[in-house]
Parts: sequence; structure tokens; C-alpha cells
Amino acid sequence: MGYLGELFVMAMTAIFIQNFVLARFLGLCPYLGVSKKLDSAIGMGMAVIFVMTLASAITFLINKYLLIPYDIMYLQTIAFILTIASLVQFVEMVIQKNAPALYKSLGVFLPLITTNCAVLGVAILNTTAFRSDSVTAYNFLDSVLNGLFSGVGFTVVLVAMAGLRMRMEMADLPKSMRGMPIALIIAGIMALAFYGFMGFQI
Amino acid sequence: MIFVILETTGTLTTIGLPVLIIGALGLIFGLILAVASKVFAVQIDPRVEEIIDVLPGANCGACGKAGCAGYAEQIVKGGEAIDKCAPGGSDVIAQIAQIMDMQASSSDRKIAVIHCSSGGYENTNWKYHYEGVGTCKAAANIAGGPNSCPWGCMGLNDCMRACKFDAISIDSNGMRLIDLEKCTGCGACVKACPRALIDLVPLKRNVYIKCSSKDKGGDAKQVCGSLHPCIGCGICSRKCPVDAITIEDNLAHIDYEKCINCGLCATVCPTKAILDLLVGTRKKAEIDPESCIGCTICAKVCPVEAISGEIKKLHEVDKAKCIGCEMCVPKCPKKAIEMV
Repeated sequence: MGYLGELFVMAMTAIFIQNFVLARFLGLCPYLGVSKKLDSAIGMGMAVIFVMTLASAITFLINKYLLIPYDIMYLQTIAFILTIASLVQFVEMVIQKNAPALYKSLGVFLPLITTNCAVLGVAILNTTAFRSDSVTAYNFLDSVLNGLFSGVGFTVVLVAMAGLRMRMEMADLPKSMRGMPIALIIAGIMALAFYGFMGFQI
Repeated sequence: MIFVILETTGTLTTIGLPVLIIGALGLIFGLILAVASKVFAVQIDPRVEEIIDVLPGANCGACGKAGCAGYAEQIVKGGEAIDKCAPGGSDVIAQIAQIMDMQASSSDRKIAVIHCSSGGYENTNWKYHYEGVGTCKAAANIAGGPNSCPWGCMGLNDCMRACKFDAISIDSNGMRLIDLEKCTGCGACVKACPRALIDLVPLKRNVYIKCSSKDKGGDAKQVCGSLHPCIGCGICSRKCPVDAITIEDNLAHIDYEKCINCGLCATVCPTKAILDLLVGTRKKAEIDPESCIGCTICAKVCPVEAISGEIKKLHEVDKAKCIGCEMCVPKCPKKAIEMV
């Protein structure tokens, strides 16, 4: 399998088969919190893609050139959290300066990516992931692309959820089901649907 | 020194090295963030913060914005009017005006009044005994509400629970009392009442209709438990000296833009459905005998014919008839009439 085929497998796995939200159940807070409006869902998705890609790159370098040589892999979580938190803070500052509208629509959820398990998840999973031959560990490019695809997977699900919830606003629902209850039910059904992808062998 | 110890002692290496690496990592990121916070600093208008401090902070939404912070931002950036904060009243308007360097527009303070004189334990006719969820909203949905009058108060206190300022209390008869001092006119109770019995009226106008029944006179009388329903007879409308009262759907409505607070309508209402808070406290007109030239203008404007006197002769006010509407005062060309 060529590298392009490898990429295809990686993308399919990250977006559908091992989707961060619906298969790994990471990043559920923004998934339920920011999926009320399509605009902010797209904004949040873009922020997550950006942060995940950047976090994958930086954490890979930290892992390879700092943690492994000094044999302090057991500090991986702390080091990664530190890195990701600083990174998100940085991104937040940049967005606040350059895109105030986006900053406003993301509101409290941008600082929430700081401690978002999906971002930490992709960083840690990258260090233990293998290519489809189950032998070769991810190199730098693999990690960055995996971060990108994972972010895309998150965004796809988030935007789909936002679309469904916006339609639910119009629907004639019983009062007790409006808002979060129906959102949780939709999330469950979506997760079941994505569970179907798990059978695929690519 | 530290490095020497680190190199010589093996145990310290296992502790010291990780501490050093993570510490250095944190230091570097901290420095980057410190630089970034300077480079990407965003100017926040200090006036927004000041206005947020001045606003009551109840986030009641009376201004129509998302909370007090949203309103403050709209004032500074969107040029929003500064008199939208009902709970804050004139104090807050004045303070915001100072911050924004603007003239304070005076808006009449409004208070909530309940347009129903029924709803207590003793003065309500019940259709059935309601034993359900204890809110007016729930009760109103069951066979048109538990009380006989489909327009009246059900007495389950949705308005009291909606009030964020503890301005509504219940008396021994189970009637709701609105504290005029505490009421801020935010309108939360107006929205909470499923029968739309509550309305905001200017504090300066102390006359209002204590009924919301749109039933025909006879029906309204039959179902009303307080014996003070508006039967839509229209006497108040005909007697009003400034035509401020209109009858619509068998219910009188006072236009507070026109109302002069004279209280005449309350005295003529056959069912006593109009409440006049100032009754007995109004001043009576008095004519200064030295200034009066007997022009008869005051006698013509008096709605209750309390002023009598022949032309070019001294006029007199019948204190028993005078209702204190003050209509004659501005009409006198010699400014001879005083309210005492």
C-alpha cells in the first residue's frame, strides 16, 4: 500500500471508524455545548482542527526529542497538558485579536479546549499508534495528519449534530424533551450509527 | 552547583532531571504567552466595565439584551439607549449618563399593578377544587382554570415566584400585594401571569382598573368573587374630563398618556372596579379673591361643576364637589387658583 493509501486509511479511521466523539467518547463537552448553532459549531470545529493539528505536531516533537531521550515518558500527560494549554491560550489570543466575531461566538468554549480530552487524546494516541502494517510507528507527518483528520472527524460530527439540533428547534417536541434531553438521545443514535463503521476492514 | 550534584548522585538525577525539563518547558511557554499577550493585546473599552459595575447585575433581561454585560457593551459600542434598565431606575440612568458623558433622559418609573380584585381565599368564586401542580400556568390549562371567572386571578402566585426583587407578598386573605418601593418595573411578573393580569403603569398615575374581564356585564358580575368587576358600562369613559378611558370588549382601559390622575372615574364607577390610590389625599382648589377677575374660564373647564360664580364677579370653589384634578389651575389667566 502506497503512502496515499495509508493516508486514506488514516483519514477514514479518524473520521468514521474511530471517531473521537462517537467511538472514543472524547470531547463530549463541546460536542453538546456548542452544537446549538451551525455557525458556532463550524467555528468550534475549525478551532479544534487547528488546535489538534498544532498540538499533534508540537507534542510529537516534545515526545521524540525531550521525553524519549531523557527516559521520562511517564511525564507524558503533564508535559502534553502543559503544551496544549499554552497552545490554546496562544490560539485564543490570536483569535481574539484577529477574529473578534469568531471569538464572540465561541465564547466560553475556547478556553475549554485547553483541558479538552480530545486534544490530549490525539496527542497521546499518536505516540502509541501504528500504521496499517501494525509495525511502523507514526512519524512526524503521520502524527500531524492524524491530528488534522481527527479534528475533521470531530467537526463533521459536531456540524451534523448542530444541523440536527437546529431542525429539532422547529420540531413540535414535548416540552420535557426540548433542549438537552433530545440532544442526548440524538447523540446516542448517532453513536450507534457510527458504531456500524467499526466493522469495516480497510 | 546543581548540575554537579545532579551528575554525581544518581537518585537526584531521576528526580532533578524531570523537574528541570518540565520546569524549563513551563518557563518557555510562559515567556511565549507573556510576549503574545503584549503582541495580541485587545483594547477593551474601560467604560464597558464601569457600566457593568453600575448596572444592578440581576440579568433580568428587561432591556432586551443578554444580561447586564450585554447591555453595557451595546451602550458603548452599539449606541443603545441608556434608559432601558428598568430595575436600575433613574439612579442608574444618571450614572451611565455620567460614564458615557451624555444627558440623562428622564423616563417615568413604572410599576406593576394587578388588574384583578379577586384571587384571594375569601373573594374568589371557585369552579372546582384544584389539586395539581401549584402554578397558575398549570391550573389555567385544566378546564379553563379553577376559578369561575375565566379572566381573573387564580391565586397560585406565579407572579410572586417570578419577582426577583421580593416586591410581591401575600396578605392574610391570600391576595397579592405589590410593594411600590421594591417594584422595579422589570416586567418579569407581567410575562409570568398566564392570564395577562399584570401591567406596568407609570408610578405617577395612581388610578387603574382592577379588572380584566372581557365578559358582558351580567356574566362578569355573576362570576366575580370580589363584587368589583368591570361591567363595561362606560360611565367612566363618559365622565373622564380628558377622554383617557376607552371601552373595548366590555372592559375599560386607561390611556396613561392622557390621564391627569384626577380620580373622577373611580368615584363614578358603579361597581367600584377602578382603584384610586390617592383618594382623600388630593388637594382642593382655592381661588384667591384678590386676583380673580371673574372670567368664568375655570368654571367652564371644571369637570364636576365645583366652581360657581357670575361673570366679572368673584368665583368660588365648592370644596365638597372639587375632586382635585387641577384642571382649572393652568387655565386661569391670572394664576389665581392654588391647590391647598
